[in-house]
Amino acid sequence: MSWIDVGAVTDIPLRGARVVKTPAGCVALFRTETAEVFATSNTCAHKGGPLSEGIVHGRHVTCPLHNWVWSLETGEAQGADDGRIATYPTRIEGGRILIDGAAIGKRTAA
Amino acid sequence: MMEKLVVIGAGMASGRLLEHLFEADPTAYDVTLFNAEPRGNYNRIMLSPVLSGEKSYAEIVTHDDAWYAQNNVTCRFGERVERIDRDRKMVVGAQGEVAYDKLVIATGSDPFIIPCDGHDLDGVIAYRDLDDTNRMIDTAPGQRAVVIGGGLLGLEAAAGLRMRGLDVTVLHLAGHLMERQLDPAAGYLLRADLERRGITVMTEASTKCIRGETCVEAVELQDGTVLPADLVVMAVGIRPAARLAKDNGLIVNKAIEVDAQMRTSDPDIFAVGECIEFAGQLFGLVAPLYDQAKVLAATLLGQDAVFAPKQLSTKLKVTGCDLFSAGDFAEGPGREDVVFRDPARGIYKRLVIEDDQLVGAVMYGDTADANWFFGLIKDGTDIAEMRETLIFGPAYQGGAAVDPLAAVAALPADAEICGCNGVCKGQIVAAIDGGATDLGAVRATTKASASCGTCTGLVEQVLAATLGDAFQMPAAQPVCGCTDLSHEDVRRLIKSQALKSQPAVWQELGWSTPNGCHICRPAVNFYLLADWPLEYQDDPQSRFVNERKHANIQKDGTFSVVPRMWGGITTADELRAIADAADKYDVPTVKVTGGQRIDLLGVKGEDLPAMWADLNAAGLVSGHAYSKGLRTVKTCVGTDHCRFGTQDSTGLGIRLEKRLWGSWTPHKVKLAVSGCPRNCAEATCKDVGIVCVESGFEIGVGGAAGMDVKEVEPLVKVATEDEAVEWTVAFVQLYREHAKYLDRPYKWLSKVGLDWVQQTLTDAAERKALVDRFDLSQTIYQTDPWAELAVREKARAFAPIADLTLEAAE
Ligand SMILES: Cc1cc2nc3c(=O)[nH]c(=O)nc-3n(C[C@H](O)[C@H](O)[C@H](O)COP(=O)(O)OP(=O)(O)OC[C@H]3O[C@@H](n4cnc5c(N)ncnc54)[C@H](O)[C@@H]3O)c2cc1C
Ligand code: SF4
Ligand code: FES
Repeated sequence: MSWIDVGAVTDIPLRGARVVKTPAGCVALFRTETAEVFATSNTCAHKGGPLSEGIVHGRHVTCPLHNWVWSLETGEAQGADDGRIATYPTRIEGGRILIDGAAIGKRTAA
Repeated sequence: MMEKLVVIGAGMASGRLLEHLFEADPTAYDVTLFNAEPRGNYNRIMLSPVLSGEKSYAEIVTHDDAWYAQNNVTCRFGERVERIDRDRKMVVGAQGEVAYDKLVIATGSDPFIIPCDGHDLDGVIAYRDLDDTNRMIDTAPGQRAVVIGGGLLGLEAAAGLRMRGLDVTVLHLAGHLMERQLDPAAGYLLRADLERRGITVMTEASTKCIRGETCVEAVELQDGTVLPADLVVMAVGIRPAARLAKDNGLIVNKAIEVDAQMRTSDPDIFAVGECIEFAGQLFGLVAPLYDQAKVLAATLLGQDAVFAPKQLSTKLKVTGCDLFSAGDFAEGPGREDVVFRDPARGIYKRLVIEDDQLVGAVMYGDTADANWFFGLIKDGTDIAEMRETLIFGPAYQGGAAVDPLAAVAALPADAEICGCNGVCKGQIVAAIDGGATDLGAVRATTKASASCGTCTGLVEQVLAATLGDAFQMPAAQPVCGCTDLSHEDVRRLIKSQALKSQPAVWQELGWSTPNGCHICRPAVNFYLLADWPLEYQDDPQSRFVNERKHANIQKDGTFSVVPRMWGGITTADELRAIADAADKYDVPTVKVTGGQRIDLLGVKGEDLPAMWADLNAAGLVSGHAYSKGLRTVKTCVGTDHCRFGTQDSTGLGIRLEKRLWGSWTPHKVKLAVSGCPRNCAEATCKDVGIVCVESGFEIGVGGAAGMDVKEVEPLVKVATEDEAVEWTVAFVQLYREHAKYLDRPYKWLSKVGLDWVQQTLTDAAERKALVDRFDLSQTIYQTDPWAELAVREKARAFAPIADLTLEAAE
């Protein structure tokens, strides 16, 4: 793994999200109420809705287009719906968010 | 010949170290003990009971003169060590040098003092040692104390000061108390408990400076609030006291680095307690310090021992506030929450489970089982077998599920159930006891639910809770899977129980999830802001994306932008500004809407703030074409230009739009004003439609032209434009206060009946009160979101947090 610093935890509102542009496409960074951070694909597996614009509740996000609910941890669709979105490892270190560069297709300088 | 051991700092860690050392081998070392405080070891954590008066200082001394004498400890109390001469192996105290063979640094921590103006005034103290405690004890009852910091220490200080009769305010930077140990739900209960003791709690309160000549006089906050104060206690955190080590060349990161044997970078110097850092970790509670002390004693005696940090738990030592938090409930994937709430007893419990193990627990109100849960966490017990019933604790073996009626059963007798007729739960229960065993009978005897009827569900639940199995509950539609209550029930209880925050709703109404879901959160957010415009702060994260971004999201993820055109009137300048914006931001589609506005479709999310700023500069504001709120007031040209016109329909439309814009409503609200019954503005299919006639204004309500098509029903006919505005505003406010979230006015009217609405609004005093409440809410919510969000810091949130594609392309 190669960790890349993408910003401060506080740049994301509680129960909110921001987007990171990566070589693997747009990744959504979510912050839950208990200040955990998760990264998933920003693109809903149903019809491509922007997940970073959804409502974050518990460790889930609801897609703004047709209300599919996704687990931020496993990437699985919840309830009756069936599907999966990519998830990416993240870490919090000293208030900064680190994302796994290898997973998002980014080579590090070294 | 005994080896010489010098210990710097007589605190909780070194006290424990010396005990282990003398117990294992009283002849190994000849000990000299320095302490900056003019006293020996005492139980620092018990300063809180000393402050509150529950214990005396004598009771918390851990090692007295007799003990030091018996163990031949040379005491140098009240003497700060300034320097270590490592070459000569000498410790330099204020009163002279002492030689060592082995040295232990146990200097603990220093309280962090916010370096704001006035932090050095007399009367500004920390909460760390006996002197601080005595200063608080010596402050006379009735004096005003401000405690900065709502963590463990600050709250113990606040509770103690309050018990001594001071007037206490706690300032806390985060959104809820003890945010590192508690989640918002438990933080809410803690706050309620402290407020009940008479402590004022202010969250999101940031200290700007402390005012005073020589003594503290007041604390000023960033938002300009000034709080008079005679005593200020800063409890905002601690810093490891590592300076002595650093100045003398030992390796120090955030604190003194040690290995698992407590050895520093100098093989003859050891460190223990809050001043150390082990494997990147710092320590602020006594449990790990005791483990370190044990390891260090062994190391000093040449035995093998290894320090390994363990899971920690937290309790607040405020008598009567039972809270417990342990393990990790804040970080890491693959976890499941179990939540239990008992609103009647003010209990909240939350367990965090990962891979069939309990990894975190937060509980408030009932901590009887805390140690059992903590044991499961520490031992990593496999809980698969008891997963379903785990939250009920060790005593529980197979039994009843959580009672869906608990929230209603918990309501006090004076909780108002029926708002229209002012009927409390107690009256309903009395009626039931008097023989009214069904809804009709309760209605007949108490009038509860006899008017608008939205409290029917609650009355039925009171019947069920009182009569038990004898009453058959009709199935009501709950808001969502997080609760058994219906929208109407939730609205009513928010009002009657004065619930003013989301955590208050989750807790008092027994929500089964930590913070709701995408269905209930937007509804509850609306109910709270509609009922408590001043007290509740709108939560953008509980809104659907359109209302958060103030633009309509389209199916390809782009947005549409609609500027407001008051009453459908625009100017050549405005049109030019719109055309310029369309060019500048490559807007693919420009369309005229059914509500007489111009829609710019296909705008990229990150362009929104700049585009708004441009439109703002031309005097255009958000048209709220995305919101559950006032959308448009459509008008015809009326007496200005039309030969049939009977009144100034355009003017009235503009006036209504200027009054109503910006208000949030249960669903979108569209208005229209036509200048005569020919009705060119199509007013008779709007939520509120006004048709002008020679003798005045006919106001109709509850029209629709969507999935359902409905003609308005006549509400009233009034003679003057002022009255038309008053009735319209009052109607909208009544709808805001009573309707279920996502019910358009016609749906709401079909539930409560036009008769009830007419009756309510015909009462002039009631009408005026509604208008006043609407205007009060508008003082907060009638702001242009474009102007607010186009400012730099806010605009940043619309752009990606980072762009990692740039370098990769090189
Ligand atoms: C009011 C209060 C309540 C607390 N409640 C709890 C609780 O409920 N549970 C819990 O686990 N923890 C609690 N703590 C934290 C706990 O008290 C500390 O973790 C613990 O005291 C740290 O022990 P220590 O030996 O590292 O440092 P200390 O106990 O602070 O001892 C360090 C000593 O070194 C002296 N010293 C510093 N520099 C020098 C120098 N250069 N020369 C000579 N002497 C020096 C200091 O004067 C001090 O006496 C509480 C703390 C406070 C203040
Ligand atoms: S509604 Fe009547 S007044 Fe208005 S434009 Fe039509 S005809 Fe003229
Ligand atoms: S695109 Fe996400 S739910 Fe349809």
